[in-house]
Amino acid sequence: MSDLLKATGLTKHYEVRKGMFGAPDVVKALNGVSFSLEPAKTLAVVGESGCGKSTLARLVTMIEEPTEGELIIDGRPAKAGDKHLRQTVQIVFQNPYGSLNPRQKVGAILEEPLKVNLPDDAKTRRKKAEAMMERVGLRPEHYDRYPHMFSGGQRQRIAIARALMLNPKILVLDEPVSALDLSIQAQVLNLLIDLQQEFGLAYMFISHDLSVVKHIADDVMVMYLGRSIEKGSGDHVFDDPRHPYTQALMSATPIADPNQRRQRVKLEGELPSPLNIPSGCAFHPRCPIAEPFCSQEKPELREVAGRLVACHLA
Amino acid sequence: MSLLEIRNLSVTFDTASGPFRAVDGVDVSVDAREILSIVGESGSGKSVSMLALMGLLPDTATVTADMMRFDGRDLLTMTKRQKRSVIGRDIAMIFQEPMSSLNPCFTVEFQISEMLRRHTDLDRSARRKRAIELMEAVGIPSPEKRLGTFPHQLSGGMSQRVMIAMATSCRPKLLIADEPTTALDVTIQAQILDLLKDLCADNDMALVLITHDMGVVAQMADRVQVQYAGQKVEEQQVRPLFADPHHPYTAALLSALPERATARGHLPSIRGVVPGQFDRPPGCLFEPRCSFAVESCRRGAERQGPDLGYALCNRPLINGVPADERVADAQVKA
Amino acid sequence: MTDTSQIVEEDLEHVEEHAGPARRGRLGEFWYYFSQNRGAVTGLVVFTIIVLVALFAPLIAPHSPSLQNRDAFLVPPFWQEGGNAAYILGTDAVGRDILSRLIFGARFSLFIGVFVVVLAMTTGIIIGLIAGYVRGWVDTAIMRVMDVILAFPSLLLALVLVAILGPGLLNAMIAIALVLQPHFVRLTRASVMSERNREYVISSRVAGAGVFRLMFITILPNCMAPLIVQGTLSFSNAILDAAALGFLGMGAQPPTPEWGTMLAEAREFILRAWWVVTFPGLAILVTVLAINLMGDGMRDALDPRLKKS
Repeated sequence: MSDLLKATGLTKHYEVRKGMFGAPDVVKALNGVSFSLEPAKTLAVVGESGCGKSTLARLVTMIEEPTEGELIIDGRPAKAGDKHLRQTVQIVFQNPYGSLNPRQKVGAILEEPLKVNLPDDAKTRRKKAEAMMERVGLRPEHYDRYPHMFSGGQRQRIAIARALMLNPKILVLDEPVSALDLSIQAQVLNLLIDLQQEFGLAYMFISHDLSVVKHIADDVMVMYLGRSIEKGSGDHVFDDPRHPYTQALMSATPIADPNQRRQRVKLEGELPSPLNIPSGCAFHPRCPIAEPFCSQEKPELREVAGRLVACHLA
Repeated sequence: MSLLEIRNLSVTFDTASGPFRAVDGVDVSVDAREILSIVGESGSGKSVSMLALMGLLPDTATVTADMMRFDGRDLLTMTKRQKRSVIGRDIAMIFQEPMSSLNPCFTVEFQISEMLRRHTDLDRSARRKRAIELMEAVGIPSPEKRLGTFPHQLSGGMSQRVMIAMATSCRPKLLIADEPTTALDVTIQAQILDLLKDLCADNDMALVLITHDMGVVAQMADRVQVQYAGQKVEEQQVRPLFADPHHPYTAALLSALPERATARGHLPSIRGVVPGQFDRPPGCLFEPRCSFAVESCRRGAERQGPDLGYALCNRPLINGVPADERVADAQVKA
Repeated sequence: MTDTSQIVEEDLEHVEEHAGPARRGRLGEFWYYFSQNRGAVTGLVVFTIIVLVALFAPLIAPHSPSLQNRDAFLVPPFWQEGGNAAYILGTDAVGRDILSRLIFGARFSLFIGVFVVVLAMTTGIIIGLIAGYVRGWVDTAIMRVMDVILAFPSLLLALVLVAILGPGLLNAMIAIALVLQPHFVRLTRASVMSERNREYVISSRVAGAGVFRLMFITILPNCMAPLIVQGTLSFSNAILDAAALGFLGMGAQPPTPEWGTMLAEAREFILRAWWVVTFPGLAILVTVLAINLMGDGMRDALDPRLKKS
């Protein structure tokens, strides 16, 4: 058994009511996404806002239950009440200013997961917390400080430390460095790389920043409107993107080299609302190479040049 | 002669825990039709210096400058009334959060024509026509239909386009864009950046682009000014800056980019953080984090000349090696 | 480029310096902003004096509050003709020293304030937490009941409740607490609703925290700032309402030296002896004003939007 997590056809629909009596609209946040996570590997989930990557994070961390589809974590079907699985999957959020409780000291933040899950006494908890603080590069005197006394990068270290307190096997990283300054971003990425090697963690790395993803990811899954449209090893996807959306995304990412001003694959218009997803291939209204039949037939993921692509024309 | 010239600008905030100098003796100059990029991390004072120019800082801020000229007119000695006629018409600004920069109570048409009403003498129907023109120019599809929409009905990219339409409504000579695409998705960011570039070329407009994203800088700027902890540490044309940064901070920042990493694994990173209000070093502000720092850096940093990118550094780098070491090497060889 | 990259290598030992030792704590910052507001500081000083007076009432008061001096009915304050230096603020219709009664009355007023606020706040917070956290029909039911309570004129509702429960200080306080409590429910619910989807709450959930832990330990402390301000303002409301009920004969019963009751007793002498109504009225005014000033100052100091950065 190599897969730590296996998701098959994950689907999440939300109902939004308009007024008290109107018929509810259905927001199709996630439509049949399948993927798996392996120990010590990083799966990057890439896409723009509204593509369903945050919903995916909420399903994988069992904050919400999928409408359809199966999620197997560590050999067991995921259920919100499962204490073992709770300890297996943890999450680090994008905004280190919102993800730490402002009224708790660092020590209390780190010890909370132990307190509610394990029978440890106060002394053991403190010991574990201090060991973890040292591991992520915080000093012992930080134990008694409140989050507001720290900079963004340090807060993100605290958030990472908290996520690791229960020795999880899977870490969901929801844009963990995009709120940080460039010079701090590198520090935190390095820390994540070290921790992965040391603990054999499986990362689900959600990001919109392709240059970061390229650096850290083993596998990449590109999402558009709740579906995965290209999936494969990082080398394949980055060196030779096959889906027109992936190509557009990559060409839109600015390169930090003034001598290489990129020829862009231009995308028309904006992301349609997940309330009414276009028929056929959801990308066809914006697609530069769309053919008439793209609006009728929904492309399924198929293997093209060593990775999976959901496009009729790839 | 430059379009905008600011010398020795300082901004001090009066905070609960004492005065805080957010901008410390910064010079800015922008030529007509030029795209100047001001780069820096949070706390570098890049936004504050431009807000000070626009007069948009709160009362707790004290602004001083030796010189502040725009288009041959002295902004320092101007009356408030004269200044209002320049700012908003000849200098316009757009911000990071397009969603919150638009007033949610009014339609797009009202907000654009409000700008026109204040700064031009067009009548009602002419304003409407101009509003449609402007919306077309910023790439809003079917502008007649969109005139009556409220900001909450627009996406982030569309709101930013409306903001740009408003800012360019009076054909400004200078547009200041404060992180205009940070809140947007990459594909939308690319659209907005293209739009800004086209607008500059079409309208003979200069652009000050404030950003933290080196990629955006490389794609957009003609000239770059790097700021650190409220000071200007380097200024160069964009190509030489990326090819041969002279200030160690710029060099370190560039090498910390994940896309410049040669292999997977560790990225070169800068240790420590930007100094805050309470831990400002006495000498060069970058000295505690600098890997080239020597004893004299603890006392202060020297401003280099134009050939070394005006680097505020005692040991400016040339091709990644401090200038003095290079000289020493050369002497040894000789 | 290549040679700079090795010089600025990662150095985990030198991880980010701390933001600054001189940074004040929350309390210090609160005090800084609070002390900028002169009204608030004046309010605090006056309130502290009232608290001290109430605490040391037996030591300060020149007479017993219930001692009736048959030789001195309606003696005017000492500076008026016929005044007596022994009764600085004069005496009432049965010869009791008004100053002493006011001093002891302060004890009642503060007790009423504390009791009502504690009662209204604890029940209000618990109900509000449940409404805001559970949502759904529970929330709807709770909020409609609160709307009904708020739809009554507050004093009228308190009167009705006292009429049902029977007159007396304790029942009056319970009635007032019930009338004030919906404000706490609403406030708590609103902050809980905005906090419950914050990332730190979700992190706690992912860490396995249960519902009660989330509600009381994770969320509640972050909702306290507006509640504290509302608490202070309710304190003065409670004193006012209690005085009003006392005046209407539904609150504290004579001969309790409660300020509202004192006013009621003095009603018939308004024209003959101005001091019997003026001083209790002033006492209420000053106390309520002081607390309100303090509350405003606290709100300003706790509201991050009003701060200078």
